[in-house]
Amino acid sequence: MSVKLERLCKNLSEIFRERVQSLTLVGGEVTLEVAAADYFEVATTLRDHPDLRFEQLMDICGVDYVAYGRTDLVDFTEGRSPRFAAVSHLLSLTHNWRLRLRVFAPDDSFPVVASVTPIWNGANWFEREAFNLYGIMFEGHDDLRRILTDYGFVGHPFRKDFPVTGYVEMRYDPEQKRVVYQPVTIEPREVTPRIIREENYGRG
Amino acid sequence: MAEIKNYTVNFGPQHPATHGVLRLVLELDGEVVVRADPHIGLLHRATEKLMEHRTWVQSLPYMDRMDYTSMFVNEHPFCLAVERLLGIEVPIRGQYIRVMFDEITRIFHHLFNLGTHALDVGAMAMVLYTFREREDICDMLEAVSGARMHGAYYRPGGVYRDLPDSMAKYQVNRFKNEKTVKELNKARDGSLLDFIEAFTERFPGYLDEYETLLTGNRIWKQRLVGVGAVSPERALQLGFSGPMLRGSGIAWDLRKKQPYMVYDKLDFDVPVGTNGDCYDRYLVRMEEMRQSNHIIRQCIDWLRKNPGPVMTDNLKVAPPKREKMKANMEELIHHFKLFSEGIHVPPGEVYAAVEHAKGEFGAYMISDGANKPYRVKLRSVAFQNLAAMDEMARGHMIADVVTIIGTMDIVFGEVDR
Repeated sequence: MSVKLERLCKNLSEIFRERVQSLTLVGGEVTLEVAAADYFEVATTLRDHPDLRFEQLMDICGVDYVAYGRTDLVDFTEGRSPRFAAVSHLLSLTHNWRLRLRVFAPDDSFPVVASVTPIWNGANWFEREAFNLYGIMFEGHDDLRRILTDYGFVGHPFRKDFPVTGYVEMRYDPEQKRVVYQPVTIEPREVTPRIIREENYGRG
Repeated sequence: MAEIKNYTVNFGPQHPATHGVLRLVLELDGEVVVRADPHIGLLHRATEKLMEHRTWVQSLPYMDRMDYTSMFVNEHPFCLAVERLLGIEVPIRGQYIRVMFDEITRIFHHLFNLGTHALDVGAMAMVLYTFREREDICDMLEAVSGARMHGAYYRPGGVYRDLPDSMAKYQVNRFKNEKTVKELNKARDGSLLDFIEAFTERFPGYLDEYETLLTGNRIWKQRLVGVGAVSPERALQLGFSGPMLRGSGIAWDLRKKQPYMVYDKLDFDVPVGTNGDCYDRYLVRMEEMRQSNHIIRQCIDWLRKNPGPVMTDNLKVAPPKREKMKANMEELIHHFKLFSEGIHVPPGEVYAAVEHAKGEFGAYMISDGANKPYRVKLRSVAFQNLAAMDEMARGHMIADVVTIIGTMDIVFGEVDR
């Protein structure tokens, strides 16, 4: 398996050359990182090049890296930058290999990357989801609407600075005889704190 | 001359044929669908966000609630991903148990799909038969995990416990007399494996009954043949997997192509369709149930002969034995740390996918070394299938929309997450 993946890595670095920002092979998985400007072109080559042939897009996942490796982050402007990335998982049926393609959106306040819907039509809803949950804009997507949250929901709930409890809650108001929104009444709490241990902790 | 306008219909979210809470806005020209716009998210629970705030083991039971018609196999990609990040191996007996329950839940899921699909199309009786068999499977799941549906049985490092030696039995009460109880308990005298084996012997006969009811049935064929046809090229473009892809004639099955656990040691075939329509996908699913039955029988044979551990002995991951914990300080500390702080997973990222009953169900995880995942993304199959709704329904009659929803195999726990 790893011989095959090394061949894939070799193909990738030969084909994309300086457009490769990082290329890693860890634990039997290949990860390719490219700049947002090259993203669309690289994706097209990934699908069409006979030595790559990634016919299928399995997944696009929005990620917010702002608090990566941190447990003490209070002010989210001090976190990692660039914050937002779109991570796609590609599959080639011809060669039977997979690739993870990561692209960071350069601007944190208005994250934009190209849409790959014209290359893989199945990307449509994945991109809508990443837009809905993280606020990543996909340029060239013709129907970028919210998908999972409520109609009229404000904000992007999966961002790290969005609380788990949210900001508003919904209840039926017997006086007004309709459903009303109000600020949340529950206190945020954390049962098990998030802890990052130093390396070799507990391995005496 | 009257002005003719397209008509927009709101289908769901409380329509029984939407398999849950799908709201479908259909634009109709007469009875022909011009545009279908699915509105989802009515069951969105933000599972992935919740997982970021739970430890690795606390997150696991959420996986059962993803596709609540095939529970155990949902836990599989989660466990695989954590195991790959930790670099631990599952004992071989644990692997066989996992594969056996993957296949049992595959049957469990296909039975649900078959029953409700037929019910939507108008064959009322099917759901009564398939739920009879699902009841037996519920009993298997209960015997092994304690819960009829949401078992949380697979754990990072193996499975929670070994297969039990006895099955729960029915007792005489106001509603069941001695004769009925004796009949019901017939297969329950031995161990769980005996019970499963008895099921696998009965099951092909049941499948023949379903085939008699449906496969050659004129109404069933009129409703399914040629409806929702997808060409192999489009199926790839739309990101289909599982029976949706195989129905279109592409022989792609992760159990064969990228085997995980012990699938490479088992003998089974992968059925493939030719036309890519609803009827072909139905045939693929029927044959998959027969193949699953065959795999389960092989697992039973192996499990009878080979006792052994089912969970890794790495105490940083798996809880220690109860009796050891009470006598030994080190085990006690491990137990305490494991249940108060949880597993620490080394930094990294991983994508693990399994061949779920619906197709490729994957878990993408990013860990930054904490006791909680940094980000979990679950690649759900039905979400992707439903995205193709517009393309598949366009040009069909409104009644065919129900057939297409049935063949897509959507379960909202998984679509909305």
